[in-house]
Amino acid sequence: MTSTTASTRWRLKEPSIIPGFGLTLGFSLAYLCLIILIPLAGLIFRASSLSASEFLSILTDERTLAALKISFGTALIAALINVVFGVLICWVLVRYDFPGRRLIDAMVDLPFALPTAVAGIALSALYAPKGWIGAWFTPFDIRIAYTPIGITIALIFIGLPFVVRTVQPVMEEIDREVEEAAATLGANRFQTVFKVLLPSLLPAIMTGFALAFARGVGEYGSVVFIAGNIPYVSEIAPLLIVIRLEEFNYAGATAIATIMLVISFAMLLIINLIQSWSRGRYGNG
Amino acid sequence: MEVTVSNVTKEFARFPALNDVSLDIRSGELIALLGPSGSGKTTLLRLIAGLDQPTNGKILFGREDASHKSVQERNIGFVFQHYALFRHMTVADNIAFGLNVRPSSTRPPKAEIRKRVADLLEMVQLSGLEKRYPNQLSGGQRQRVALARAMAIEPRVLLLDEPFGALDAKVRKELRKWLREFHDRTGHTTVFVTHDQEEALELADRVVVMSQGKIEQVGSADDVYDKPGSPFVHRFIGEASELPVRVENGEVWLDDRTVGLKADGAAEGPSSLFFRPHDIEFLSGCGGCFDGVVVGSRRLAGARRLELELGGSQYRVEVDVPVDHPAALRSQINFRPKHWQLFSRSV
Repeated sequence: MTSTTASTRWRLKEPSIIPGFGLTLGFSLAYLCLIILIPLAGLIFRASSLSASEFLSILTDERTLAALKISFGTALIAALINVVFGVLICWVLVRYDFPGRRLIDAMVDLPFALPTAVAGIALSALYAPKGWIGAWFTPFDIRIAYTPIGITIALIFIGLPFVVRTVQPVMEEIDREVEEAAATLGANRFQTVFKVLLPSLLPAIMTGFALAFARGVGEYGSVVFIAGNIPYVSEIAPLLIVIRLEEFNYAGATAIATIMLVISFAMLLIINLIQSWSRGRYGNG
Repeated sequence: MEVTVSNVTKEFARFPALNDVSLDIRSGELIALLGPSGSGKTTLLRLIAGLDQPTNGKILFGREDASHKSVQERNIGFVFQHYALFRHMTVADNIAFGLNVRPSSTRPPKAEIRKRVADLLEMVQLSGLEKRYPNQLSGGQRQRVALARAMAIEPRVLLLDEPFGALDAKVRKELRKWLREFHDRTGHTTVFVTHDQEEALELADRVVVMSQGKIEQVGSADDVYDKPGSPFVHRFIGEASELPVRVENGEVWLDDRTVGLKADGAAEGPSSLFFRPHDIEFLSGCGGCFDGVVVGSRRLAGARRLELELGGSQYRVEVDVPVDHPAALRSQINFRPKHWQLFSRSV
């Protein structure tokens, strides 16, 4: 009796009727270890060569804090902007049929495909004080390139497809009847969009946000060209890691990386928890 | 609220979905739009709702022309086949939605909305489920939430699009009975669409039989079943056996023999004879009747259905016999329909 309860307790879910669970799970775990866990463990192993006080002093170093703040801050703002305009682009692509729709649809993917350095160089040329767009802002004493604004613009460019590509398929599957139901109940278009459609897209929007944000935190190639990399002002954490590496300060580099890893992981975990909670309520969201 | 559909035509990309349809819906009645898929019944319902605009014709609510009013202005309750509940809202929020979206000048106070929701939940027998989300409910419960949501805005007309189409047979029967009681209690003018004739006959005060974008017949269950107005209605509602006959000298002829049916007042010439397989009498010896050979036999729930060949295997008809009837394959059966109907084929 006790042995059966012990064995059933280890079965977390009803065993599936499809065979091969053990094999595929084993393979998945081994693969994840190889690709993700072992490199990350190496990172933490390296960082653990530091003593606690050394680690803390790197963490509380003004320059580290400033770099982390810029990395996470710009990634957050860029992801929020991408959510707003990404959903808008989805709406246009899903709801309207117009000549050139497929072309625009394909264009959304360009930031995926373009080498990030190319994007970075193009953006910094555009937004430099004498660039095509930057020149417009110079008279107002607004500088875009070589400031956090420039970094944010680069991250918006990089993150847009993540939002569009996650929200679009879900938006396509919205049942027309739900909108019609709202209309028969007296809701105007504005109420239908904001009380019915957007809330039902929320899980997908959050996934898109999380992806764009995570990508923005780790982005390096496109940012370093437009950022100007001025310490305390426009220096991102990934760049600081590279600088430490070039100084042969491997422990310092891994310490910063570990901190980034922990913060990113915590944020993604929270977003995932919120999502699984909402999925439990709304069903397949 | 009376609803008048007057000479309405609806075309989708030049394809006519409704062709010059007129219909008077009386205040307080429960009326069914019945027809096969593609007959235009859902299109007609959506036009009444204002979810689509007619290409031609008018729709009147009472005396007022509603043709160019938006869905929101028409104040109708619409229940969709797949419920169309807002899945991110609780049952209570779903039901209160129509009240919550009203402008603040006409929106009832919060406490009143809460009370209205509680009353409606009680009416649809779902009290205690207000905090649930739609995906935590069964299909039948979801459909009743959808109905409560539609009723919350005190609609002038209640429109139901295949309300039980997505439910299993047992729940469907229960809900059907329940809807009838619900209608009798609330007295709303109700129009529902169905392709299930049994549902339409059992539930509706009047049945509108539709085919190919036109209304074939409007009448009570007795009317459309006992006095079908066209061959289509006879075939579509209930079982039908059909024979090509001729009317001559006030008598019905099958090929070269009379079959003992008087056709007073029917048009002379080629006709189709329709009768119900169960509505026949058996005769021994055939001096003017149908004379068939049994070529097939199937067991139905309460009877046995025989397939008969008539007139030297030219025609086939079906008749029902009691389960214990001794008819064997190839044996002869003489019968005559007790009630029948003739439709002239010379048109």
